[in-house]
Amino acid sequence: MEKIRGRVWRFGDDVDTDVIIPARYLNTSDPKELAKHCMEDARPDFARKVKPGDVIVAGKNFGCGSSREHAPIAIKAAGVACVIAESFARIFYRNAFNTGLLILESPEAAREIEEGHEVEVDPEAGLIKDLTTGKTYRCQPIPPFMKELLEDGGLIPHIKKKFARVRLEEDAS
Amino acid sequence: MKRAMTLAEKILAAKAGLEAVEPGQLIDVPVDLALANDITAPIAIKIFREAGIPKVWDREKVVLVMDHFTPNKDIQSAEQVRLCREFAREQGIVHYFEGGNCGIEHVLLPERGLVVCGDIVIGADSHTCTYGALGAFATGVGSTDLAATWITGRTWFRVPETIKFVYRGKLRPWVTGKDLILHTIGDIGVDGALYKAMEFSGEVIKRLSMAERFTMANMAIEAGGKVGLIEPDRKTLNYVRKHSQREPLVFKADRKASYLEVREYDCSKIEPQVAFPHLPSNTKPISDVGHIDIDQVVIGSCTNGRLEDLALAAKIFKGRKVNSNVRAIIIPGSPAVYREALRKKYIDVFVEAGAIVSPPTCGPCLGGHMGILAKGERAVSTTNRNFVGRMGHPESEVYLASPAVAAASAILGRIASPEELGLRVEV
Repeated sequence: MEKIRGRVWRFGDDVDTDVIIPARYLNTSDPKELAKHCMEDARPDFARKVKPGDVIVAGKNFGCGSSREHAPIAIKAAGVACVIAESFARIFYRNAFNTGLLILESPEAAREIEEGHEVEVDPEAGLIKDLTTGKTYRCQPIPPFMKELLEDGGLIPHIKKKFARVRLEEDAS
Repeated sequence: MKRAMTLAEKILAAKAGLEAVEPGQLIDVPVDLALANDITAPIAIKIFREAGIPKVWDREKVVLVMDHFTPNKDIQSAEQVRLCREFAREQGIVHYFEGGNCGIEHVLLPERGLVVCGDIVIGADSHTCTYGALGAFATGVGSTDLAATWITGRTWFRVPETIKFVYRGKLRPWVTGKDLILHTIGDIGVDGALYKAMEFSGEVIKRLSMAERFTMANMAIEAGGKVGLIEPDRKTLNYVRKHSQREPLVFKADRKASYLEVREYDCSKIEPQVAFPHLPSNTKPISDVGHIDIDQVVIGSCTNGRLEDLALAAKIFKGRKVNSNVRAIIIPGSPAVYREALRKKYIDVFVEAGAIVSPPTCGPCLGGHMGILAKGERAVSTTNRNFVGRMGHPESEVYLASPAVAAASAILGRIASPEELGLRVEV
């Protein structure tokens, strides 16, 4: 899994799914459309200014509220490579991996890394480096099965790929 | 000896076919009901089709409720419902609700007898935890997890730790289940029960109506909870037998079960509660609210859209007028609630008072339609969330309260207690 390098966008505690993607835009599930309104009610310019590879750093309980999978989908489609938070809400946590959005829990990094800093994230090693300050933080490394799932783009593409591989092996034998 | 278990653990162990389970254990369980709505089902359908599976595992256990934007608010939402309708027809889904038979999912399902005690229910809607009031292990999931269950009929859980909440004493006038759960969320915070099971118990819970129990379980998610469970009693069984043909499976917590924490509340000290913007945990007792003028009142939703809620509101609206600065929107939670409210003349009372009676819909609760707030407007709402922009403009404000406080506020034009109207509660 490749290292991530990008600029930090900071948000506070309890970032809810209505802020991540307001329900008034849930009349579609098209990732590109959803991305246009990502974080709109908290920072109206976010979707326009965020660059591929950027990182969201937030406080505790990120993604609280609704079960809408549109939330991780919108963040991912906006170009965000990774969300680092003190903690994540339960449904969002599962939805993030299922839709292929990398999320990392690191209370220390979440508290200290500031807006606009450059960070480098090595998910497999479980390392978050603040390139602006030079400080490195540890988090739980992403285990191999989860790494594969994220690389495949989420649970369903991952399962499909696995089934295809099994079929290929059966055909070959 | 077998491990003493909490209510959540008892249900999960039985369903997983295990003698006992403990917190942290990963288990695979069969699902009794899998729910989705007009927002979350389209993604699940797309995923299901991509997986190339021809049929859902059980067409009687997949429930689709087109409640969020009903009646469809625009072309795109109508297209989403069309997609669901076509899927339901193709799959022969038995419990598909749209249009005139559609209600707010978590009001509708128990009322139609689709959930009974001891069920495992997953729903691509975070308020699926409502059915915990029946002693069902019910929790919200995303569309991907839901689609996986459509295929396999199963899901996996990490067995949660349980926090027990014990409610003692006598309720003060106008204090309802809504006030108890708001007070609890105010006490532990919006992540106070993150990943945890909440078990509501004590003499006060036993005295609550089923409607109030549904309200409490409904808001477990607002404290981050995975489920909000209430042990079934005679009231629960009467409710289930009245609404369902299915046999309830009653589990009770072991007396020696170990809890992560036990919190006790003396309810005689709890006033009607109001959650200020922009978090459900931002609660204040009504006497601390001060003078806050309002523009809108919403009474309804999966939290407070049941007949008992409308009865409470009607008692306050009767013979009074909605303040001329306020739009009061009343939303019966289901067609059956609507019909009963008509029969009991509650609807007459609301219309006489100058309120707007809406068809059953999630509409304004999530800022969808049917009652959106402009910049700077304030609403008192019996719904469950008051996040930034939840009911409309990002600079609007939502104050969460019970139907009693919401109705009194509609009349006085500011956040108010029914006591200010000189009303007495019949005991």
